[in-house]
Amino acid sequence: MATIVPFGPQHPVLPEPLHLKLVLEDEIVKQALPTLGYVHRGLETLASIKDINQMVQVVERVCGICSCIHAHNYCMCIEGLMGIEVPQRADFLRVIWSEMHRMHSHLLWFGLLADAFGMESLFMHAWRIREKIMDVMEATAGNRVIISINKVGGVRRDLSQDQLKWILKVLGEVEEELDKIKPVLTNDYTVKKRTVGKGVLTYQQAYELGAAGPQLRGSGVVQDVRMTGYGAYKYIDFAPVTEPDGDSWARTMVRFRELYQSIDIVRQLIGKLPEGEIAVKVKGKPSGEIVCRSEQPRGELLYYVKATGENFLDRVRIRTPTFANVPPLLAMLPGCEMADVPVIALSIDPCISCTER
Amino acid sequence: MAFEAKNITKNQLVSEVQSLKNNGFRFVTMSCVDLGDSLDLLYHFELNMQLTHLRLTVPKGDTAPSISGVYFAALLIENETKDHFGVNFDGLVLDFGGHLYLEEEVQKFPFCKVSVSDTKSEGGAL
Repeated sequence: MATIVPFGPQHPVLPEPLHLKLVLEDEIVKQALPTLGYVHRGLETLASIKDINQMVQVVERVCGICSCIHAHNYCMCIEGLMGIEVPQRADFLRVIWSEMHRMHSHLLWFGLLADAFGMESLFMHAWRIREKIMDVMEATAGNRVIISINKVGGVRRDLSQDQLKWILKVLGEVEEELDKIKPVLTNDYTVKKRTVGKGVLTYQQAYELGAAGPQLRGSGVVQDVRMTGYGAYKYIDFAPVTEPDGDSWARTMVRFRELYQSIDIVRQLIGKLPEGEIAVKVKGKPSGEIVCRSEQPRGELLYYVKATGENFLDRVRIRTPTFANVPPLLAMLPGCEMADVPVIALSIDPCISCTER
Repeated sequence: MAFEAKNITKNQLVSEVQSLKNNGFRFVTMSCVDLGDSLDLLYHFELNMQLTHLRLTVPKGDTAPSISGVYFAALLIENETKDHFGVNFDGLVLDFGGHLYLEEEVQKFPFCKVSVSDTKSEGGAL
């Protein structure tokens, strides 16, 4: 006989208010249906009462964890509509801070995953490493999470030579710490028992269901918006991280390897950081339609912006990666055991704040 | 970064989307824009990191064909568009009835042009 069990929005392992109605037969999930709307804020409509510069602060609040990349993407849209060429140094600085955001987001998620399968020591190790990144952001941008360094036309802050040297030193320490916990991830019985073969999403499913980011790459699909070379990504060597198996362990490994990749990207950017201005003056008002994409920690972020030369934008549409990753989650859950649902749900790194905007 | 969308009609939509799927395109998302009396439905697809867009213009209150039968991933954005703009999608595989986000007491479509009026003080907007 089928039983319907509510999962979330308040759940010990879920930091986000995601609610799933799980249809169970014994302990096996037969169907999962989502319910959203717990934190819907309608931020997109603020475009009708906030000007193009105020909207930078609005989009940063779509999601705290990847606020820097939201602002970067929005600024790219406005700059594209107005034909503004951002100084090269600003492009580099934007990506340096974006990759810092990716690192702290992946470490935050890594800790939560460890906590979800009851490995509290790993959880604390991950968050201890994350603090080093948070310290860099606080010291360089004045805040830990919503760092507000992007503005239309460039960035608000520069990085001094001393700060760049310090960042490189911190990255070295982070890399050493990651090396220490890597064997736990790759060899530990508990980690593998809870993730290997759990929540499998095949290559075909990931592609057809519109998955994004590590969830897509964890199923072997080579897709990463950074490959398009937006911002300063065109100046560096970059190849997406992929894993073939499509299970929770593969998604975990993609994110873990991306931590090393982000360290490498920041090192490359600091090594090539050009001198010069960090912003240009912006005059006039945008007009036209544009779509810009960027790669958030959770995957592909898309902004559609329409402007008519007025004070306010006609439309700002934001498609966040978790929004794209919910349909694949619904396909991953049937067939799994009830006890595995929390870890599988966490393996997509859900951000409901992003999803509902 | 110029934005170009292919204009299509309601009758062409599903076959056009099916053709994109057959050619290996991934569904990215859909955007809805309020034009006053009508709505622009923009469909975004990707292949080899390149985006392709379709544009369907429908009068407000009209029904649009659902593409969730072709791309299951479209079910959430079609439900969201129904919540925000009141577009009814014909053939939606999982229909939340305009309440994906919104509670049942909500009577308006919140993303159709909004206005703020001050009913308490003289002059001045809120």
